[in-house]
Amino acid sequence: MKRTHRLLLLCMALLLAASSFTGALAGEDGYSTSYTYNYDYWSDLRESPDAYRVEQVIYSADLALETPMNKPQSLFVRGNMLYVCDTGNNRILELKRENNVFSVTRIIDTVKGASPETFSNPGDVAVDEAGNIYVADTNNNRVVMMDAEQNFVREYTKPDDTTFDQNLGFLPRRIAVDSSGRVFVLATNVNKGLVKFEADGSFTGFIGANPVTVNMWDYIWKTFFTTKEQRSQQASFVPTEYENIYIDDEGFIYATNINFSEYDLLYDNAKPIRRLNSIGNDILIKNDRYPPIGDLYWVEGSADKGPSKLKDITVLDNDIYIVFDRTRGRIFGYDPQGIMLWAFGSKDNSEGAFLGPISLEHMGTDLLALDEFGCSITVFTTTEYGDLIYQASDQYLRGDYDGSAETWYEVLRLNANYNLAYVGIGRALMRQERFEEAMEYFKMAYDHENYGRAYRYFRKEQVEDNIWAIAVVLIAVIAVWLTVRGVKGMKEEVAAYERRQVSR
Amino acid sequence: MSAGKYQGKRKGGLFGRGFQDYCDSLKYAMHVIFRPFDGFWDLVHEKRGSLAAAHTYLFLFLLTYILSLMCTNFQFVTAPIQYINIYEQCASLLIPFLILCLSNWCLSTLFDGKGRFPDIYMAMCYALVPYILIQLPMVLLSHMISYDEAAYYNVLGTISVIWPLFLAFVGLMQVHDYSPGKNLIFLVATVFGALVILFLILVFFSLLSDAAAYFISLYREIAFRLY
Repeated sequence: MKRTHRLLLLCMALLLAASSFTGALAGEDGYSTSYTYNYDYWSDLRESPDAYRVEQVIYSADLALETPMNKPQSLFVRGNMLYVCDTGNNRILELKRENNVFSVTRIIDTVKGASPETFSNPGDVAVDEAGNIYVADTNNNRVVMMDAEQNFVREYTKPDDTTFDQNLGFLPRRIAVDSSGRVFVLATNVNKGLVKFEADGSFTGFIGANPVTVNMWDYIWKTFFTTKEQRSQQASFVPTEYENIYIDDEGFIYATNINFSEYDLLYDNAKPIRRLNSIGNDILIKNDRYPPIGDLYWVEGSADKGPSKLKDITVLDNDIYIVFDRTRGRIFGYDPQGIMLWAFGSKDNSEGAFLGPISLEHMGTDLLALDEFGCSITVFTTTEYGDLIYQASDQYLRGDYDGSAETWYEVLRLNANYNLAYVGIGRALMRQERFEEAMEYFKMAYDHENYGRAYRYFRKEQVEDNIWAIAVVLIAVIAVWLTVRGVKGMKEEVAAYERRQVSR
Repeated sequence: MSAGKYQGKRKGGLFGRGFQDYCDSLKYAMHVIFRPFDGFWDLVHEKRGSLAAAHTYLFLFLLTYILSLMCTNFQFVTAPIQYINIYEQCASLLIPFLILCLSNWCLSTLFDGKGRFPDIYMAMCYALVPYILIQLPMVLLSHMISYDEAAYYNVLGTISVIWPLFLAFVGLMQVHDYSPGKNLIFLVATVFGALVILFLILVFFSLLSDAAAYFISLYREIAFRLY
């Protein structure tokens, strides 16, 4: 009975949240991206100060390029160098950032000593710490590795292995290189996961295959109600491909996935963001009420409805990961616990909005977002608010709990709706054994678990302080009960005795 | 428990005999919930229960529900309290309850039931007592336990729903003098009956509003022509 009511109420809340969503799309000061928001405990949309602001937007003209960029697909950052995979022009642009000005240092369109020397429809670029450049040369069916002087070093081609379907072409689309030179390739048509090559160029298998998800009704329908001919016409149950990958400092692969049905998001079956360990298992931490899926709600019937399609992911040094949504041009930041820090962005022509969100990178805490249709790179820098959030979570990770509480107070001064700040302060208070105050803060953030923890300590304290009073009350209650029972028994005995006397 | 003990007590207390009877019928709920087969039979056939007590328990049930919504410690609140409308909540419990009683009574003729409407209503109300008895202390309990100990809280909550459901089943069985199997079929029919009643209510109101609209427009037309 109660359960259904809860469900009803939840639905009500969702409807309300959905209706409040419509108002949140328009910007206030011209930048639609300045309309930063977050979700509260009830998953209602809460306006928030800007965590990031547009610092500059770089177009081909700003870079003095002879041929303008054409459908660029990917960005890569190494130090203060930015690499742009200019797919439509079969070249890689190498940009250098100096005093906040990006300038082209060279245009990489050939590999000396390779065959062929040019690229064909390259999908991605990566650079390792030694300066070697890797290019996912999609239509040449190879990942080509060159040194810093563009001399050919090695190429990774179609694995000559039975586990790789030899009928398929090898079309590497996205690549990531870890610190020891292993190359992870996301290839079109390969649904066994990422193709993994060792540093010496040998193929060592697949990792992180998407597990096949079969809907029960689909299965029953396909097995019992369709003929063999019909079945051969339909898509079979296959694991889906990833959309993009990123390797963080510790060598974990972050992958995004956009091939899922809306329904799968409900019980977190879709897992649009994953963190793969070395054997390919998803170890992403999800400690929020909702898993990290980008937008929780969208307006049905609008042009950009549907779940967020996370085209790219980038991971800051402090393990905060940031994803780039294709559906509504949003950028979402999540902390290592999977809690949304902020969301901003939109899809239109204005500065700081995107037409074709495709790739996201970071330089320090600055964000670089690539727009494939606008052929532009938008540079975002943190505001005071964004800085404070990063600072607080850094301090917490370092173990400076009191310092992080101080910073969280600052955050609250700017945004009183920030749940994470209340939790952060509550934790610091708990470490100082101020449990009652901690409970207050946890309550404001609707953090049941931490509240319960603080409450247990608080209760223990209370019981220890008042143990005598409790004991006295308990003894008194037992004494009264025993007395009443005794008196009652005596009365009954007397009555029984009298009855016996009468009946005699 | 024999009937004699209760009959012996009819002597009239501080507020007169009627009030004493009322108190007795309230107290009888304790007997009903722990010995439902015997209790429900006597409730209607031996006139142990009273409608006044039934109303009281229904009112207390609604009160308990509201209290548990409003006063439960926030650790165990999962509904967004800021959106809750108390009257809506009460109506969402009361209306289905009354419609189910009504449909049960309507169908009892078809199924050879012995119960009259007051009997059915009384049995259903008395069946709600465990919910009150468990949920009220649970509100207090929720302020004394932490989130990790939620298991106790949830078990109690489950019992507070299952027990009344069982009592309602037994109660209707005894009121109508059915066998368990027949009662089960009867209950399924009751649910469908309730749906039919809901449908009729909707049709009635929609026709009523159409009729009203017709007369209103007729009046407007005449008023327009005359002036």
